Amino acid sequence: MKKYLLPSIKITIILSILFGGLFPLALACIAKLAPGKGDGVKVTYNGKVVGYELIGQKFTKDKYFWGRPSAVDYNAAGSGGSNRGPSNPEYLKQVQNRIDTFLVHNPTITKSEIPAELVTASGSGLDPNISPKGAAVQAARVAKVRNISLEKVNELITKHTEHHTLGPTTINLLKLNVALDELK
Amino acid sequence: MNTEIIGIIITYVVTVLLAIPLAMYIAKVFKGENTWSDFMRPIERIFFKLSGINPKEDMNWKQFLKALLTVNLVWFVIGFGLLFFQAYLPLNPDSNPNQSPDLAFNTIISFVVNCDLQHYSGETGLTYFTQLFVITFLMFTSAATGMAALIALFNGLKTKTTNSLGNFWDIFVKANTRILLPTATIVATILIFNGTPASYSGKDSIVTLQGDGVQVSRGPAAGMIAIKMLGTNGGGWFGANTAHPFENPNYLTNAAESISILLIPIALVFALGYYLNRKKFAYVIFGIMTLFFLTFVSINVHYETAGNPAIAKMGISEPTGSMEGKEVRIGPAASAYWSIATTSTSNGSVNAMHDSLTPISGGVAMLDMMINALYGGVGVGFLNFFIFIIIAVFISGLMVGRTPEFMGHKVEAREVKIAALIALLSPLLILAGTALASYLFMQYPNADWAVKPGSWLNNPGHHGFSEILYEYTSSNANNGSGFEGLGDNNIWWNVSTGFVLILGRFLPIIGPIAIVGLLANKKYIPESSGTLKTDSLTFGAMILAIIVIVTALSYFPALALGPIAEYFSIY
Repeated sequence: MKKYLLPSIKITIILSILFGGLFPLALACIAKLAPGKGDGVKVTYNGKVVGYELIGQKFTKDKYFWGRPSAVDYNAAGSGGSNRGPSNPEYLKQVQNRIDTFLVHNPTITKSEIPAELVTASGSGLDPNISPKGAAVQAARVAKVRNISLEKVNELITKHTEHHTLGPTTINLLKLNVALDELK
Repeated sequence: MNTEIIGIIITYVVTVLLAIPLAMYIAKVFKGENTWSDFMRPIERIFFKLSGINPKEDMNWKQFLKALLTVNLVWFVIGFGLLFFQAYLPLNPDSNPNQSPDLAFNTIISFVVNCDLQHYSGETGLTYFTQLFVITFLMFTSAATGMAALIALFNGLKTKTTNSLGNFWDIFVKANTRILLPTATIVATILIFNGTPASYSGKDSIVTLQGDGVQVSRGPAAGMIAIKMLGTNGGGWFGANTAHPFENPNYLTNAAESISILLIPIALVFALGYYLNRKKFAYVIFGIMTLFFLTFVSINVHYETAGNPAIAKMGISEPTGSMEGKEVRIGPAASAYWSIATTSTSNGSVNAMHDSLTPISGGVAMLDMMINALYGGVGVGFLNFFIFIIIAVFISGLMVGRTPEFMGHKVEAREVKIAALIALLSPLLILAGTALASYLFMQYPNADWAVKPGSWLNNPGHHGFSEILYEYTSSNANNGSGFEGLGDNNIWWNVSTGFVLILGRFLPIIGPIAIVGLLANKKYIPESSGTLKTDSLTFGAMILAIIVIVTALSYFPALALGPIAEYFSIY
């Protein structure tokens, strides 16, 4: 073993400079050319940064579209899911409560219209998206609270619906809510 | 929903189409033939010169293993020190603390052995310095270690009678510079242009649109995320792993990362065909692996897109499937595919929380890690499969009453003993660990520890048992994914899984290398009409049967207590 010890230490130092030092440094330089310059792409409203395009935010006020429940309360200092198993009684009770709360705030909606994503926590706790169905069931509430026409709200939803060649159709919740605020 | 299924099919087909040229390239690199990457040669020469290495020196199997184990030991010692003192080192903009001794022990082992079981969250548990100089570094070098072991095995099978398995340093460095570095650079660049952070800025504090004050973790993550996929490492920059929108910004990056998980493991199976000039044998092996893989994918896609029946009962709609622990932009189908890709290959990254998978999907993910040889970890996947081959050769030999042979060498008692021991090691580690932890949980729930055994689990009943079983299965397979509800950052889990990790990594490397070293030393017997044809469908069926029997006998009772029992409780 002794024969291999010194070469082992030396090659470790050399490769750690390559992979720990030069490799990420080179990528940080490449990132200067990318949107957001490697810091993450920001979203602004009235000239002020209000968040990151990819990082979901908590919306609890009725005038905004709500996102998904989050195990980290949308504080992106950390991240994570609920890690609740599908048969956990406590968890199922929690989902039931979310359904009840949702129905109180959206009285015109019937239960079967609520898509599961709005009452189940995301994997990251920072999911920036909801589906078009998730937005549609909230449109009436948002229109009423903001005192604007339902058509106007639906128009905004359609405008912010992103169709992809492959994969689920998504809506960026933060951008949709910024657009709502910009209406005035 | 339909485009989601098509998305999976396209992802898999593209993976195989890319793996074929990559396999030819890998074979060329290690045969020493000319390739486009020869511009790296002068740089490699400098590396060897500075390190005092003669890359042309032949090594027998013992020397090869000594070099491999020595350099791994060096990483363990240095890495432990860096993690333990990380708060005092530079590049720590978020002022994160030192790791505790037991956590540093678990973390360093877990990354040296290519597992990446993470008992911390990246946002708070590491600094940028340790993320780069310990974690990213080990993600390259541990994958290259696995590849070096595999090429040694190829070398032993290639030559008729030989002592030499090649030079460890030469193979190891080339695996890094010729294969991992170029592919990781490509994948990292794709991620960067889709929004993954790559700068050295620390946490950002912002006020959200609604007016809440929150922080956003960032960092030079793109490179680490690329190599974590390609090197079957799997440890996330962020706590939520690849479910985090910075690690996996959209469906396209999800496809690129899914491809990266399987790319090198599949390419190494084909590379065997090109390297040994036994393409048919490689196809047979690929066929068996793929049969298992696609079966598992179909099961998980079915159950995840069908949704959770306990939620359906509440009267809401599950238009896309089970959404707990999943992301809208990825969807249940692609997450189900990922859950199999990551457990087949000992990758262990997740784009959905496995703890919240429906019972059968979670069980299949465990089964996949129990086999741990379907494509498998970079290099080591085939080493595990090789054990099944040796056992299949032996049993076939017994059935026809001939001395078993493999690639022109007699397989005798010593080799079979080693293979059998390695095959029995996994059930021993997984089941003994699970039994012991379950015993503590049941008998000493209030033991006076920092974290009481009674509060380890995040879910009651069968699912709680699954959390324990999954953790040991993942550790033994060097996978690194988890049922993350388990409270695992405490002395019991850090230390017990630490030992399972070491044994589950190095014995399955040492065993096959020893077997091939012993085989290669024997007299070469040319093929005759009496030789067992290993590249036939019949032999393929034999290997398949061995895998099914060994795994079913070992694990069925444990799986019945966890996922299967949970299934019957909600369906």
